[in-house]
Amino acid sequence: MKKKRGFRNKKKRLSSKYVLFILSGICLVSIFVSLVFNISGGPLNTVAGYVFIPMQKGINGAGSYLSGKANDFKTLGVVLEENKELKKQVDELTEQLNHTKLDQYELDNYRELLELDDKYPEFDKVAAKVIAMDGTNWFTIFTIDKGTKQGIEKGMNVIAGSGLVGIVTDAGPNFAKVRSIIDDSSNVSSMVLTTKDNFNVSGSLMTMNKDKLLPFTELRDEDDKVKVGDPVVTSHVSDQYQEGILIGYINTVVTNPNNLTKSGTITPVVDFQHLREVLIITDIKDTGKELSGQESQE
Amino acid sequence: MRRKIILFVIITVCFLLQSTVFQTLSLANVAPNLLIIVVSAFGFMRGKKEGLWIGFFCGLIIDIFFGFYLGVYALLYMYVGYINGMFQKSFYPDDIKLPMLLIGSSDIVCNIVIYCLMFLLRGRFQFWYYLSSVILPEFVYTMVITIFLYFILLKINQKLEEHEKRRAIKFEL
Repeated sequence: MKKKRGFRNKKKRLSSKYVLFILSGICLVSIFVSLVFNISGGPLNTVAGYVFIPMQKGINGAGSYLSGKANDFKTLGVVLEENKELKKQVDELTEQLNHTKLDQYELDNYRELLELDDKYPEFDKVAAKVIAMDGTNWFTIFTIDKGTKQGIEKGMNVIAGSGLVGIVTDAGPNFAKVRSIIDDSSNVSSMVLTTKDNFNVSGSLMTMNKDKLLPFTELRDEDDKVKVGDPVVTSHVSDQYQEGILIGYINTVVTNPNNLTKSGTITPVVDFQHLREVLIITDIKDTGKELSGQESQE
Repeated sequence: MRRKIILFVIITVCFLLQSTVFQTLSLANVAPNLLIIVVSAFGFMRGKKEGLWIGFFCGLIIDIFFGFYLGVYALLYMYVGYINGMFQKSFYPDDIKLPMLLIGSSDIVCNIVIYCLMFLLRGRFQFWYYLSSVILPEFVYTMVITIFLYFILLKINQKLEEHEKRRAIKFEL
């Protein structure tokens, strides 16, 4: 019996090298496949989704219950003060709203005269909860609790509150992977709302960690019209993002050494540290049209 | 079979904690890497083969939920498990120096490889910044967690081995 076990041990040790080679081969093939054909998971997504997502949902539910309870203990004084401030703000905003309504009325009239359609169509949205953040510390990818079963698809834009959060990069049956705009590999072509100048906002681990800012590049602004505090929205030339979603406000502008373009930083409007609930825009940007339009312009 | 089920539970719990609870408990934007502790610990406690399988599955889970290309993390963690398995002979349960050393260096090597693959190749050359703001904080946090988690894993493994031994004796009789 002892002899037999010894033999088995030897056999096992020998085969560990082969297992390593075989699995390495499988990994390399799957990396190659997902790199070249841009596909991912498939059946693995389904299996993993059904195993892990329900548990993540559970943990998350418990977590938000606890943090909700912790919030209940905020002192009354703080709340009262906040209430006072908010009331003041409500007054201000109501006044502002009245002005805006008048403007809107005027605008609608002009639009009617010019027979223009609504410029920014209302998007269909689905709400979802953030259930898990990236386990590694390098990227800002998170998963949400809605998937292909609820109509979520690759390429849909994700927003929270009024600002852009990111884009769905992969969807399983009951979960979807979202890459946020602050992720180091993210790039969003955007424009300054005031001057309609297009430029590129890229995610960066470094500036986000340092002072919660997003760097931008390639801004052409010969007349120096772009100012600090100007709102930045997604551009109409973007092939992934819907037009006109707010990203943030310009924080700094610096002229590049070539004197042609400018770069700088943006303060994003979304609080990425405390993302709980997001909205997914279920319309996907029609890139075919967009491309042919560009070509005809040229 | 029993071992497989318990391993599956350990991996699941660690992955879930890492992606949910520890993300909210993150210090300086950095969360500890529980899965590397599991992969590394079972590597040197149980040998190359078990190490590489556990590494493969841990990596695969990360790939599915947070990876770019399916297989990058699986490959990386598999080699981490395998290399840790080479130290099985010099591993003694009472000694904590070797496990700490192995887990710590696994974490750092893993992160440096990820930096080289995902950041250096995209032209992010500020290695010192990434070292001081991501790699080292994660290393410190992971080491703190290791002190607790390692003993739990060690106890679980000892219980499992006892059980397996008893069963083997039963069969021999």
